[in-house]
Amino acid sequence: MGAPQLIIYDGSFEGFLSAVFHTYEHRLAEVDIQPAIRAQATFFGTTTRVETNVGHAGRVWHGITKKVEAAGAHILYRTFLSERAGVENLLLDRIRDIFAVGNKNSGNFSDATVLEIAKINKMVGREKHRMEAFVRFKLTKDGIYFAVIEPDFNVLPLIAEHFRSRYADQKWLIYDTKRGIGLYYDLDTMSEITMRLSGAALRPSAESTVYTSEELEYQQLWSTYFESTNIASRRNMKLHKRHIPQRYWKYLSEKSLQLKK
Amino acid sequence: MNFDRIKEKLAILADAAKYDVSCASSGSKRKNSSKGLGDSSGMGICHSYTEDGRCVSLLKILLTNHCIFDCAYCVTRRSNDVKRAAFKIQEVVDLTIHFYRRNYIEGLFLSSGIFKNADYTMERLVQVAKKLRLEENFNGYIHLKSIPGASDELMREAGLYADRLSVNIEIPTKEGLKLLAPEKNREDFLKPMKKVQNEITLYKEERKLLKSVPKFAPAGQSTQMIIGASGESDAQIMYTSAYFYKKFQMKRVYYSGYVPISMDPRLPSLGSQVPMLRENRLYQADWLLRFYGFEVTELLSPEHPNLDADVDPKLGWALRNLDQFPIDVNVADARMLARIPGVGMKSVQKILKARRFRKLNWDHLKAIGIARNRAQYFLICDSRDFLKRDLTSAQIRGLISKGSQSKFRGLYGPQLSLFESSAIATT
Ligand code: SF4
Repeated sequence: MGAPQLIIYDGSFEGFLSAVFHTYEHRLAEVDIQPAIRAQATFFGTTTRVETNVGHAGRVWHGITKKVEAAGAHILYRTFLSERAGVENLLLDRIRDIFAVGNKNSGNFSDATVLEIAKINKMVGREKHRMEAFVRFKLTKDGIYFAVIEPDFNVLPLIAEHFRSRYADQKWLIYDTKRGIGLYYDLDTMSEITMRLSGAALRPSAESTVYTSEELEYQQLWSTYFESTNIASRRNMKLHKRHIPQRYWKYLSEKSLQLKK
Repeated sequence: MNFDRIKEKLAILADAAKYDVSCASSGSKRKNSSKGLGDSSGMGICHSYTEDGRCVSLLKILLTNHCIFDCAYCVTRRSNDVKRAAFKIQEVVDLTIHFYRRNYIEGLFLSSGIFKNADYTMERLVQVAKKLRLEENFNGYIHLKSIPGASDELMREAGLYADRLSVNIEIPTKEGLKLLAPEKNREDFLKPMKKVQNEITLYKEERKLLKSVPKFAPAGQSTQMIIGASGESDAQIMYTSAYFYKKFQMKRVYYSGYVPISMDPRLPSLGSQVPMLRENRLYQADWLLRFYGFEVTELLSPEHPNLDADVDPKLGWALRNLDQFPIDVNVADARMLARIPGVGMKSVQKILKARRFRKLNWDHLKAIGIARNRAQYFLICDSRDFLKRDLTSAQIRGLISKGSQSKFRGLYGPQLSLFESSAIATT
């Protein structure tokens, strides 16, 4: 049989499902699926580039959802969004098992693949939760509540519904600087937009031109509140940092204003 | 808005409210209907954490810290020399809305010192909630403090706009209350609780028949007790909690280690440690009551009036009841599985699921996330290398504590011996 075949796809979920379709269509047993951005030379076996095919992807997804309940299928999607190296092969393992024996192993934590997926899924879930908590909107002069995030995993698609149902009566835009994608809600529909925000727009000096004159006042009020609600005699920075890892601080006004002082 | 003045008030009135430890913002199921602002149908979110590691979920403030009472344990007490301030109703409404729109908070937790009288104060709290709901179409979370002694009519109105209502009992025993807050009586606390409890039941019944009946305090009631201000025992505290859970279907009881704020000789002196370890043990015991199927009488009794300092209450119970162990994880029911030290409720569910596929051994249990260090003395599984069973509870205790590090050890240890108490409250 030789070395596994390398299959390269475009990095999207549909692309991944198309790659899975490809392995079934060509009855490939030994494969290594990788997104284009990560798949680099150093590989000497056969390489196939699989184009994203919405029809193929749909068939695979449909096949999965026929065998497992919606929540189980969603776990696969969330695991994919982790963007972890090798996650495609892990998911392929799981999908093969689903197509072979159905939902049977979904709670079987003594199976290494099921357990690993459960672990990744938990991490993605935590990041989703963190973003729902740590988004800090600032009101721009054009009346849009704007927030910048930089999540470890690609959780923007997962938090969309949460923000839509919560902020139904205001325009908002959440921008993921790491991936260059944003989610925009215009009081009516929600859409994913790709954009490159120039570094200048994110610099503090741009604040006064971009945001309303009251914006900074509210950030300061929030900061005041944050400090006044603390009980100094119970200070526990270790716990504090475990709850809010330091890498998130620059996006939290209550922390970043504190740092500036 | 005069931002400087608001900032000053906010600093004073957030500071005065911070000893109320409740931060819960879940359990409401208030959906965003008609494209308004906010939604509290999901789990509560902690938007930030203070430097003491507590969840910041709600804008927690007092409407005013003017108060006609003089409760010894309270910073807002009449005789205390502090800066006083009062928010206008509209100011609280605006702050809540502006914070909420920026995703800082899940909602508002509004309490107040008592000015003029109970009803006058309660009426103002209700007005804030009413404005938020009716004028701002706000579906975020609202927690109002029930002012002791407020009229039934006001409490009924409060429940229509608030998600949660709470009265802090603060001092678990009658005697303690008499000593530290002689102007207050226990009945004044219980009356609004009873009223709210009755209304919740009533509205629930009516909603079954008619869907259009509004929700009444959908997230229920909670209360708080201060720990270590009046020399009470753990048994007195937990028996009071158990009573509130049963009698008032209380959603949560909070425990707040007393932070010394006064030179009053009736209280622990300034500079004494906040009893954090004790507070932590009480939360663990509370958890066992609510989720693990323990009875309060199993955890505390006249012979055993205080929780152990060196082991958590579940381990403590196991060590006192070694005759019930070891438990076979491949056959035991959920109730007994939950009693194995080192096995949490999530692990119980995982064990039940996984053992349908195969007999579980230590590798499986480890993968599930069970802490072998504690659990190994109390369970058997499909592995040969189980421990000999003839250890005494003192030996097990020693072995476990050698292998684990308490985050509190050495820091707050001596605090506990301060509280030697015997009698059990029979409220
Ligand atoms: S009535 Fe409330 S606010 Fe006033 S002193 Fe007593 S506990 Fe404090």
